Amino acid sequence: MNILSGIFDWLTSADNWSGAGGIPQRMLEHLTYSVVALALAAVIALPLGLWIGHTGRLAFLVVNLSNAARALPTVGVLILAVALVGIGFTPVLLALVALAVPPILVNTYEGVRSVDPTVPAAAKGMGMRGPQILLRAEVPVALPAILLGLRTAAVQTISTATIAALVSLGGLGRFVFDGLARSEYDQVAGGAVLVAALAIAAEGLFTLLMITLVSPGVRRRST
Amino acid sequence: MWPAMITFEHVTKRYPDGTVAVEDLDLVCPTGQITVFVGPSGCGKTTSLRMINRLLEPTEGRILVDGNDVRERDASVLRRDMGYVIQQAGLFPHRTVLDNVATVPMLLGVSRKEARRSAAEQLERVGLVPELGKRYPYQLSGGQQQRVGVARALAADPPIMLMDEPFSAVDPVVRGDLQREFLRLQDDIGKTIVFVTHDVDEAVKLGDQIAVFATGGHLVQVDTPERLLAAPANEFVADFLGGDRGIRRLTFLASDRVGLDESDVVDSTVAPGLLEALGDAGRDWALLVGADRHAVGWVPTSGVPAAAAARPVERTFNPAADSLRVALDSALLSPAGRAVAVDDDGRVLGTAAHADILRAVTDEVARSQRVEAAS
Ligand SMILES: Nc1ncnc2c1ncn2[C@@H]1O[C@H](COP(=O)(O)OP(=O)(O)OP(=O)(O)O)[C@@H](O)[C@H]1O
Ligand SMILES: [Mg+2]
Repeated sequence: MNILSGIFDWLTSADNWSGAGGIPQRMLEHLTYSVVALALAAVIALPLGLWIGHTGRLAFLVVNLSNAARALPTVGVLILAVALVGIGFTPVLLALVALAVPPILVNTYEGVRSVDPTVPAAAKGMGMRGPQILLRAEVPVALPAILLGLRTAAVQTISTATIAALVSLGGLGRFVFDGLARSEYDQVAGGAVLVAALAIAAEGLFTLLMITLVSPGVRRRST
Repeated sequence: MWPAMITFEHVTKRYPDGTVAVEDLDLVCPTGQITVFVGPSGCGKTTSLRMINRLLEPTEGRILVDGNDVRERDASVLRRDMGYVIQQAGLFPHRTVLDNVATVPMLLGVSRKEARRSAAEQLERVGLVPELGKRYPYQLSGGQQQRVGVARALAADPPIMLMDEPFSAVDPVVRGDLQREFLRLQDDIGKTIVFVTHDVDEAVKLGDQIAVFATGGHLVQVDTPERLLAAPANEFVADFLGGDRGIRRLTFLASDRVGLDESDVVDSTVAPGLLEALGDAGRDWALLVGADRHAVGWVPTSGVPAAAAARPVERTFNPAADSLRVALDSALLSPAGRAVAVDDDGRVLGTAAHADILRAVTDEVARSQRVEAAS
């Protein structure tokens, strides 16, 4: 049997779309893990990145730590977290946040740092205070980079949230891992397609945000 | 708000690394006038300027605005009362031109609508058409960006303007335009302006008063451009002002005492005998004028006075308004070696030879020295 038609059959079978363990439920779980992890990562990384970019302080340390963190295998982090806090949502969240923080942090920092220095200088000379300079002059100019960081983090989080299934949680990873265990490869591939679809949707969402939030004066310059 | 006076009292600025950028500066920037800080690179001009709006703090001494120490006021609030223009304009790339200009009024709490309305007025003031207000900075030329920078600094009508090499990033032609418009604008608004440049010509053109700094942050001389050119305090200033200091002085000498000659001004009805007589007197050229007494051009006294054969008058001078520099230029550009004097309406008053102009230079220099000795 053709693998493509197998996936198609699996995706279109009414049984898979209903009840506990159906596609809608798994998708919702998957999205919940991703969104919570991304939000938490943003809450940590955005202010930190803005502050480091604005002040230039600790930049060296943070950028190096982030780059080191990027090299961490997420599954390794998950296993370590399970060892530390036991099975549950927390270790999954820890692993996903550790994955999402570096791209947000580094892109935000780089974005703010690479704003033409005459812009904050002029803002200060006109009588803006520190937070006003950051929010009204630096962030709008750095926004493309900040959104890029968030988009990267979102896509990575969504594709990696499959690992939740490794510690008996839900999410689309269930189809992949259960399918592998039972040698039901249509289900494995179907799950993967759904994950990819979510990731692509996230890309689309952030592209839309880029178009609506970034000033034309900045967007034109950065292309 | 009315213009304010800025006073430096024993101001010294030492950077943390030990560099003394400004040393014991005493200086008054008078109300409603343009004070230009000029001097070689690294002599502390920018440092001095940035201490006025507290972007830097003096190590010693104090700076007063209308008698009040600038440190008595919150730095950000103080800065909103002082327009600030920098070399690269520093426009906000994410804001339209109009919103860039509206920045300070909005910081001061003016409504967006009102701020935009006054921003549109400022744009017009600096010679930009209102349509440009909708553009973003990247859509402007360098000269337009500088104009927007000036408009933005003026938007809240601050009594003081601080300008750090605002015109130095544009080409010489645009710079000339910006300088002329800037002077015209200052005639209207009469702000107290501190203007930093390292270009002596710009200083002489714009300054009511020029402060010359030397490396190490010493103020060497403060004077009007005219007196600075006439009597540099020492060799450093003389060197800095450059080789053609004498020629530049002509800019400040009036041309109203240049002796004019009307005998070579002719119209098309002139009798041939008269031209011949001029030629015999050693004049190879006569100035042909039309019925309205506007100059047509120089015609040879050996031929017929036809407009078609006339050589154009490239530059004229108005004795009531122009300097001897313009008069001399007019003479040097003329095939006859004679300057053409015209009145306010462009009617020819007469002509003058190089020698007549140089005689006037000698007289004017002597006169200004007498005035100086008497004062
Ligand atoms: N932050 C700083 N730390 C240490 N030294 C500084 C600092 N800023 C300026 N300087 C030094 O102070 C001196 C005066 O600098 P300033 O920028 O005021 O010069 P300037 O007259 O504006 O020169 P330019 O015409 O090149 O702009 C220079 O020797 C400069 O190297
Ligand atoms: Mg400077």
